[in-house]
Amino acid sequence: MTDLPIPHSTGRAVGSLRGSMLVLEQTWTWYRRNWKATIFSSVGLPVLYLLAMGLGFGSQVRAGAVPGGLTYLVYLAPALLPTGAVQTATGECTFPVLSSFEWSKIFHGVTATPITPAQVVGGWLLWVGSRLVTSAAAYVVVAAAIGAVTGPGILLSAVFGVLTGMAFGAPLVAFAATVKSTGTAFNVVFRFIVVPMSLFAGTFFPITQLPAWIRPIAWITPMWHGTELARGAAFGTLTWGPTLLHIAYLLALFFVGFRLACWRFRLRLTA
Amino acid sequence: MSVRSSPDPALVSATSLVKRFGSFTAVDGIDIEVRRGEAFGFLGPNGAGKSSTMRMIACVSPRSSGDLRVLGMDPDADGPKIRARIGVVPQADLLDAELTVRQNLQVYGRYFGLSRAHVRAKAIELMEFAQLTDRADSDVEPLSGGMKRRLTIARSLVNDPELLLLDEPTTGLDPQARHLLWDRLFRLKQDGVTLIVTTHYMDEAEQLCDRLVVMDGGRIVAGGTPTELISTYSTREVLELRFRPGDQVNAVPKVGDLADRIEELPDRLLLYTADGEDTLAATYEAGVRPLSSLVRRSTLEDVFLRLTGRSLVD
Repeated sequence: MTDLPIPHSTGRAVGSLRGSMLVLEQTWTWYRRNWKATIFSSVGLPVLYLLAMGLGFGSQVRAGAVPGGLTYLVYLAPALLPTGAVQTATGECTFPVLSSFEWSKIFHGVTATPITPAQVVGGWLLWVGSRLVTSAAAYVVVAAAIGAVTGPGILLSAVFGVLTGMAFGAPLVAFAATVKSTGTAFNVVFRFIVVPMSLFAGTFFPITQLPAWIRPIAWITPMWHGTELARGAAFGTLTWGPTLLHIAYLLALFFVGFRLACWRFRLRLTA
Repeated sequence: MSVRSSPDPALVSATSLVKRFGSFTAVDGIDIEVRRGEAFGFLGPNGAGKSSTMRMIACVSPRSSGDLRVLGMDPDADGPKIRARIGVVPQADLLDAELTVRQNLQVYGRYFGLSRAHVRAKAIELMEFAQLTDRADSDVEPLSGGMKRRLTIARSLVNDPELLLLDEPTTGLDPQARHLLWDRLFRLKQDGVTLIVTTHYMDEAEQLCDRLVVMDGGRIVAGGTPTELISTYSTREVLELRFRPGDQVNAVPKVGDLADRIEELPDRLLLYTADGEDTLAATYEAGVRPLSSLVRRSTLEDVFLRLTGRSLVD
């Protein structure tokens, strides 16, 4: 009987953050080949809003009590950072997640390696975060170029914008992990959450203009907290108490969403 | 020449292993032991519990009860550590169709903590092994089924696994592609890689497996080498008599005493016997006139038929 060689595997388990970075690396490898197809949706849409609503529609808006003497363009510019971030996050946290479970099934391939479902969640959120950062940066450049920016505070607005997008994206990833088949369930999210939130949660006008009974609905949206923070940062009107509360609320949404997503990913990938 | 006792404990051992999905029991208390360097098979029809067993061994799906050790470790406690050292060829390819062949190998290799330089070199070696070098930089999407399957196998080797799990490796492939894959698996075995294969093809089980278990309804109904299984559960030869569907019933009383055992199929009678030609002559003497007849060796298909009363591929 001949002795067979005994192979020694070169593989090893990686740390939790490093595992997430490797998931990001796979998505990035894909993005490097496909970025042109997605550039418009991520950078283009908030810029279009700024041009149409800020420059176009804003030309018909007289400075009144509400925008505090600012032109409507300047008033709108920082608020489109959280709003745009939520919309971009919505795109990245719905169908692409469903597809990775159901159609391409790449999540199933990844979790056959030492990578865990929680690391896949981490990697996906890193990917969403990096998309939000680049979109926000591009948006700030365009906004500054058309004179919609009053000072460097807009950079802090951009940070709050990214935070808002993540606060909405993390729970949405958890929800996407429960969606089956063709993803018609996402239409409910688009129609009854994202669109009304974008229109009524403080982006285009202060929620004090809403009937009093409807305002509490705006308060629970991450977008309202985000627009409050983004405008406060841009116009230098932030005060400690409310600022910390807004940030705490957004961070809480993010962490709860992250935990829920880890749980749902584990259920779906280890059945 | 000396036979030395194995220095390693079993690479995979399971005791009373169970997998339940709600009220459905997919794997119903199986015991197995896979030793280093062997090719071990799970043979059974679809739904027998083979894939569920593989997913538990692959440390993807947690067991419902029983004990399981893979590479000496407990999958519940050390899943990532075990997965780092094994290779998995799942039933569906699970490739990233929008990346190239090379990128699929490199990206996957990185998940095993391997450096960029290492996976670059490894990808080239594996594309050579899987005969995909000329497609290195094309997308995976348009590749043929056989090429995708070879890429999946190549990908599973990126970490030089000690144990390779193959779930229905050749289902859906044409004969040429199957033989190419089998050839690659033999080479891996030569290199000392332990193989665990599930299949519902008896020829695949006979070709690849040193030892196998037959599964049905979540249980192991028999186990051994292919030769042992055939000699235990079947005769050396089988005489197949083909009739017009329905007519075979009339022949049963006439041939009943001529064989060790008879199986009645919709259009055929299978006569299990030590010498098929002798038995054929005897059936003609008994006045039986089949449409056609065939004498062949017993296969694992016959073992399966004997054990479960059903054929493997329905």
